[in-house]
Amino acid sequence: MTQAVDNLALLPAYLAAGTAVLVLLADLLVARRGVTVATALLGALGTATAAGFAAAGPVRATFCGGLPAALGATPPDCSYVADRRAALIALLFALLTAGVLALAAPALAAGAAPVGEFCFLLACAMTGGVVLGAAGDLITLIVALETLTLPLYVLVGLRRRAVASAEAAVTFFVVSVVATAVALLGAALIYADTGAVHLDLLAAGPATPSPATERLGRVGVVLLLVGLAFKVAAVPLHAWAPATYDGAPLPVAAYLSTASKLGGAVAIIYVVVGALRPWAQVSGVVLAGLAVLTMTVGNVVALRQTRMVRLLAWSSVAQAGYILAPLGAAAVDAGRTGDAGTTAVATALTYTVFFVLLELAAFAAVVALRAPGADGGRIADYRGAARRHPWVGAALVLALVGLAGLPPGLAGLFAKVAVVRSLLGGGAGWLALAVALNAVIGLAYYLRVATTLYGRRTDDAADGRARVPWPVAATLGAATLVAIVVGFAPQLVLDATAW
Amino acid sequence: MTAGQVALVATLALPALGAAAVALVPARADRAGRVLGTVFAALALVASLLIYRPDGGWFGYAPANRASAVRPWHELDLTWVPGLELRFHLGVDGISYPLVVLTTLLTLLCCAYTVGRSPGARPGRTLVALLLVIEVGVLGTFLALDLVLFFLFFEVVLLPMYAVIAGWGGDDPRAEAGAHRAAARKFVLYTLFGSVLMLVGVFTVVAAAGTADIVALTGGAGLSRPVQLAAFALLAIAFAVKSPLWPLHTWLPDAHTQAPTVGSVMLAGVLLKMGTYGLIRVAVGVAPEGARWAAPVLGVLAVAAIIVGALVCLAQTELKRLIAYSSVGHMGFVLLGVATLTATGLQAALIGNIAHGVITGLLFFLAGAIKDRFHTGALDDLGGLRERMPALSGLLGYAAIASLGLPGLAGFWGEAFAVVAALRRGGPLWTTLAVIAAVGGALTAAYFLRLLRRVTHGPASPVVAGAGGAPIAGVELAAWAPLVVLALAVGLVPTLVLGLAQGPVGALVEAVR
Repeated sequence: MTQAVDNLALLPAYLAAGTAVLVLLADLLVARRGVTVATALLGALGTATAAGFAAAGPVRATFCGGLPAALGATPPDCSYVADRRAALIALLFALLTAGVLALAAPALAAGAAPVGEFCFLLACAMTGGVVLGAAGDLITLIVALETLTLPLYVLVGLRRRAVASAEAAVTFFVVSVVATAVALLGAALIYADTGAVHLDLLAAGPATPSPATERLGRVGVVLLLVGLAFKVAAVPLHAWAPATYDGAPLPVAAYLSTASKLGGAVAIIYVVVGALRPWAQVSGVVLAGLAVLTMTVGNVVALRQTRMVRLLAWSSVAQAGYILAPLGAAAVDAGRTGDAGTTAVATALTYTVFFVLLELAAFAAVVALRAPGADGGRIADYRGAARRHPWVGAALVLALVGLAGLPPGLAGLFAKVAVVRSLLGGGAGWLALAVALNAVIGLAYYLRVATTLYGRRTDDAADGRARVPWPVAATLGAATLVAIVVGFAPQLVLDATAW
Repeated sequence: MTAGQVALVATLALPALGAAAVALVPARADRAGRVLGTVFAALALVASLLIYRPDGGWFGYAPANRASAVRPWHELDLTWVPGLELRFHLGVDGISYPLVVLTTLLTLLCCAYTVGRSPGARPGRTLVALLLVIEVGVLGTFLALDLVLFFLFFEVVLLPMYAVIAGWGGDDPRAEAGAHRAAARKFVLYTLFGSVLMLVGVFTVVAAAGTADIVALTGGAGLSRPVQLAAFALLAIAFAVKSPLWPLHTWLPDAHTQAPTVGSVMLAGVLLKMGTYGLIRVAVGVAPEGARWAAPVLGVLAVAAIIVGALVCLAQTELKRLIAYSSVGHMGFVLLGVATLTATGLQAALIGNIAHGVITGLLFFLAGAIKDRFHTGALDDLGGLRERMPALSGLLGYAAIASLGLPGLAGFWGEAFAVVAALRRGGPLWTTLAVIAAVGGALTAAYFLRLLRRVTHGPASPVVAGAGGAPIAGVELAAWAPLVVLALAVGLVPTLVLGLAQGPVGALVEAVR
């Protein structure tokens, strides 16, 4: 059967992939650092623009298995569904890529990593993220997620002359490949049970349930979720994250904790709400358990961290728990597939958006406070940093307080409120209590960092007021500004993520 | 917008604007920044006075189609975040109005005090800005008529107060280094623990009722018994941490001891009131069945707080710590009044709130003045103050006597009528509680008299005799005088508070019954 490919639906993906190719060519032919970075940056912004337009347009689907029920209607069983949420996710990925590129610019200028390779790999990862948002079947989903992750193995190891970097890359690579294999096995078992890979077909449930293969499907569900849980670094599948983040160059660590985490969260959301609806009991228990473990272990271990990036890494492990919690609660309550499930999914996505924004701001501030190409360093190194850089310090404190979920970090506060509201609306009071109590533990370490920033330096060997490079300052300013705006108008995000 | 609504918004917006303006003042104009902040605090006080509505007592302003127990004098209801049931819904009535004015007054006094007495090495304008932010949070809490908005403002206070204690506290040279930071951390984590429980409680209510409007929810409209019990338990723990109610009070003495003078005044004068106000307006109002269910437990805990607070005070050797523990006892009387769930009890709680804010605010100002001069708060070192500084020790005596509940001063009404309300409630439990509380009142007198004996009487100790003992400065007098006058005025004319609260409290008791 031949069918027309809806090229307009694929436009953001084309632009993202085109960016990668262009960057490669620019690096080969022009071979000037500025041109390469500018190409990648423009490509990312172009992708973002296309995604923005797609958000306003109608739902487009392509690579479909079925025929539309009526003329002009969206056909069923599509592998690529470019709807509003796909556009939102593509937009986020493109903007995060642009932000991380800007954060990396000073380090690239200092020669910390090869420019062409860095930009090309980042653009490839962005392509994976853009496709991921539109994935309509399990195979597209896993391939897109892998496209997002694969370049990161190399990016993590790109820091020149750093053993920690290489170690981090190997850890990340081994763990991630195993996770992907597990997820694929899960998808295969589900296919063996149902004979379907499309999310909407899976959601409808098997046409002829057979008790023989039903158990196989259940095992498949657990394996698939476990594989994806690796990607968001959910406990007990989290051990790779702190070492990898800390070993990676700072901008790559920022990408790992924002874009990569967004990818994992989106994959889990899609799988849970779409494919796994018939197995809601199983997936709900797995997710709720993962959520509680993840937030508690992440927060408790973060309390003891002395290195900045490790602390942020553990805190982002904990944050993954808050993302998983509403999904687990909604799935446990299998009876309410309708409204509560929708709210839960929208809430998980809302939380992810707020989190990614604040995390980017936090990493941007950390990059701004460090020398180009340096790693995150110890938290003690930041003593008094806010006195030397009052604006950067204030932005970092705002981001950290937001991650803790307290005013004046209103964005983070509303994120937490949304999660608790969704959990209580779904009748999962105990999960809401777990989230609430974890917020208290979380504040303890965020506050420790914030207080350190305003502490008095014991040694007076102040390294002066090093100027913050303008791309970093611009990214930090933009992220902080957006965080403040959505802090006062969270309805913007709530509307955008409404299912 | 009516004039009342404008005043309502101005009360909240002026401190916020002031905080932003002061934060932008450069470091070299530190004093100008402090003065600017004080001007905004004064404007906020004026705005809060303009909210008053003389005919607003019993009948108040109420749309005809609404038969709620909460009848705000002025109301402002705007959409903010419909996706989270959050509306910008402000209103003021006789229960909240005295607290609003107390807040604006105490903030002004604290700002003015900071203008006159710079807090040492740390920038004074930042301290003023933080005080104004705290004022926004407290006022917002008292004015909010939306549960989610209430929660939001409740949390606004946490971090600025942390910064005040951690940044400006710990002036005691004998304390180990970093003790103030530990105290600040304990304060913020403890109270955040309370407020996250409140978040869960708030959304337990919202999920069940489908609205967060306090006006609609008061009286427990349509909430099932299990929901009310769960909500009340969560909310009551949250407010008990803030108030604080024994045994959740342990953050309070450390925070008070380490905080700078203005921090202690704000903490005791207005922040603790957020807990008791929340208990009356939110916990009792929204989940009355839960309140009836938990009333005996609350009553027992309140009386335990009175006794424990008094006994600890009898053994205290540090001035600020003693005043802090006396707060535990006083808030115990307030909570006992609330626990009775009678009109008398709630009235006693409200006037007890105001009296405690005025008197304990004054006590902390005086304790700060003493520590400024002699650099110690140890009772052993402070003997014979009367010899060196008769005026200061006279004021301390006045405040202590007001605090122990001498008739004719503000402290009397709250404590006496809490006991009366418990007695009227009848039954063996409440009668016993009333008797024990009365004994606690006697103990209160005992420890304040002990305080006076140790500090003011006797021969001058070496510390007191040796120090310079600067006379009371004009700015200090200006900050204390309103509190001295109010302590007497509320004591002589309790209707200043009770008259305003009579109507709303009556309506609330009707709704709760």
